[in-house]
Amino acid sequence: MTFEVFIQQLLNGLTLGGLYSLIAIGYTMVYGILQLINFAHGDIFMVATYFAFYLVAVFALPWWAAALLTLGLTAMVGVLVERVAYRPLRNEPRISLLITAIGVSFFIENLAIVTVGARPKGFPTPKLMSQVIDLGGIRMSGVSIWVPLLSSVLLVLLLFIVYRTKVGMAMRAVSKDVEATRLMGVNVDRIIMYAFALGSALAAAGGMMWASKYPQIQPLMGVYPGWKAFTAAVVGGIGNIVGATIGGFIIGIAEIMTIAFLPQLSGYRDAFVFAILILVLLVKPSGLLGQSLKEKV
Amino acid sequence: MLEVNNLHVYYGGIHALKGVSLSVPKGEIVTLVGANGAGKSTTLRAIAGLVKPKEGTIRFLGQDITHLPAYRVAQKGISLAPEGRRIFPNLSVRENLAMGAYARKDKAEIQKDLDWVYELFPRLKERERQSGGTLSGGEQQMLAIGRALMSRPALLALDEPSLGLAPLLVKEVFSVLEAINSEGTTILLVEQNANAALKLAKYAYVLETGRVVLEGRGEDLLKNSKVRQAYLGE
Ligand SMILES: Nc1ncnc2c1ncn2[C@@H]1O[C@H](COP(=O)(O)OP(=O)(O)O)[C@@H](O)[C@H]1O
Ligand SMILES: [Mg+2]
Repeated sequence: MTFEVFIQQLLNGLTLGGLYSLIAIGYTMVYGILQLINFAHGDIFMVATYFAFYLVAVFALPWWAAALLTLGLTAMVGVLVERVAYRPLRNEPRISLLITAIGVSFFIENLAIVTVGARPKGFPTPKLMSQVIDLGGIRMSGVSIWVPLLSSVLLVLLLFIVYRTKVGMAMRAVSKDVEATRLMGVNVDRIIMYAFALGSALAAAGGMMWASKYPQIQPLMGVYPGWKAFTAAVVGGIGNIVGATIGGFIIGIAEIMTIAFLPQLSGYRDAFVFAILILVLLVKPSGLLGQSLKEKV
Repeated sequence: MLEVNNLHVYYGGIHALKGVSLSVPKGEIVTLVGANGAGKSTTLRAIAGLVKPKEGTIRFLGQDITHLPAYRVAQKGISLAPEGRRIFPNLSVRENLAMGAYARKDKAEIQKDLDWVYELFPRLKERERQSGGTLSGGEQQMLAIGRALMSRPALLALDEPSLGLAPLLVKEVFSVLEAINSEGTTILLVEQNANAALKLAKYAYVLETGRVVLEGRGEDLLKNSKVRQAYLGE
């Protein structure tokens, strides 16, 4: 393998990793706050790509406007799902919530099949992403430069919100003790809403970039990225945002390197990802950055 | 300031409060004592809006707050330091205190109160940047009280602040409560440590299986033979 190929593969890994991270954050934020695996999250990622598709290909909006609108619309879908499906079950047993999440996932997928059709649509990849860039003799697609860059910026922005703002502080508080947070005069329902909005907007950003990289969109496209991002969240320590970010990059890079170094095993790329999950969980059941469940007396 | 009238609370089929009435006048320390399971915590939780009473009313500063959600009750000026401290272990000491002031917008005044809390509990200032979970039990209790104070409450409610503390720390906590009260904060204190609580409080209620069975001035209850027998181990 030449140096050039290695750099290209590394960038590919960072690209995929950044995308997984963006999706993984949504899983981990919702899990951190509600102890719910939001199975619908991958489908929200899919919905975002259709928003972008229609805004650009049908309504002929410029890409920057379509992207901003997609972020907002997808955030609203996430908030709507929480409001309609999850909030009424907040005090019910976890299992009801989990089954509801699976139901919401099927609902969104089938709603998409009925409304936009099961046939894949060609995604109008923005020029920025499709052009070829020459980086000191190494030729790369715009995607593998811009996606790692943009996802890093978004991830840093999210970390800033969570660790340096008042709302972010309340999110971290809610994730440990909902009742005590209420006692602080915090409207917890609103904080949960913000968490869903943020997680969904990141999934939307991930979705648009994903579709730019693999420019075919269809109603079930969220399933596999969703599972892998969820795996990334678990590997990083579910509930931990920094963990989800690291987990995303680990899974993305591992997946690409498997294909690059062991092309004969590339059919097993998905199995390989889940093998990492099993391995991490065997060594550290709470994930890389997860806290053990010890409590101070 | 606070008027609780004929409060009934159920947990499923369990009738935990069977018509509790009490009042807390402005500027005073009132205490609620009673054995484990008597309903002390439930009373405080109902006042704070964490559990919904089936019957009865809670009035605070002339307003009916019986059906307000907990966060609105907190914004009205009732701050509860709950049983078991319940500090945020993943937040720094400083952030825990900032959470206490979450609903406030008067930045300059918040800073003043922060300085005041650090003055009351110098240990917290030393550990400002540490996460709450790394504090010792006593420090966590101080943090819980400090956090409750950061909302600058009109009424500070505390649920067993001395639980699990070494005797020396218990004394420290009680003297801080006295200081807080003398600076104008009204206090409703729940304690199993009846001796210390009755000495501190102007007025006291004795709770037994969800009912107020005795009430009176703290010093009088201390002399009451029934109280001495039941709660002071004589
Ligand atoms: N979450 C709950 N679910 C069911 N029963 C409860 C719950 N909390 C308290 N109880 C019951 O209500 C009664 C009063 O409890 P509590 O208010 O905690 O008493 P205290 O604080 O005086 O020890 C007890 O019988 C207790 O078992
Ligand atoms: Mg109690």
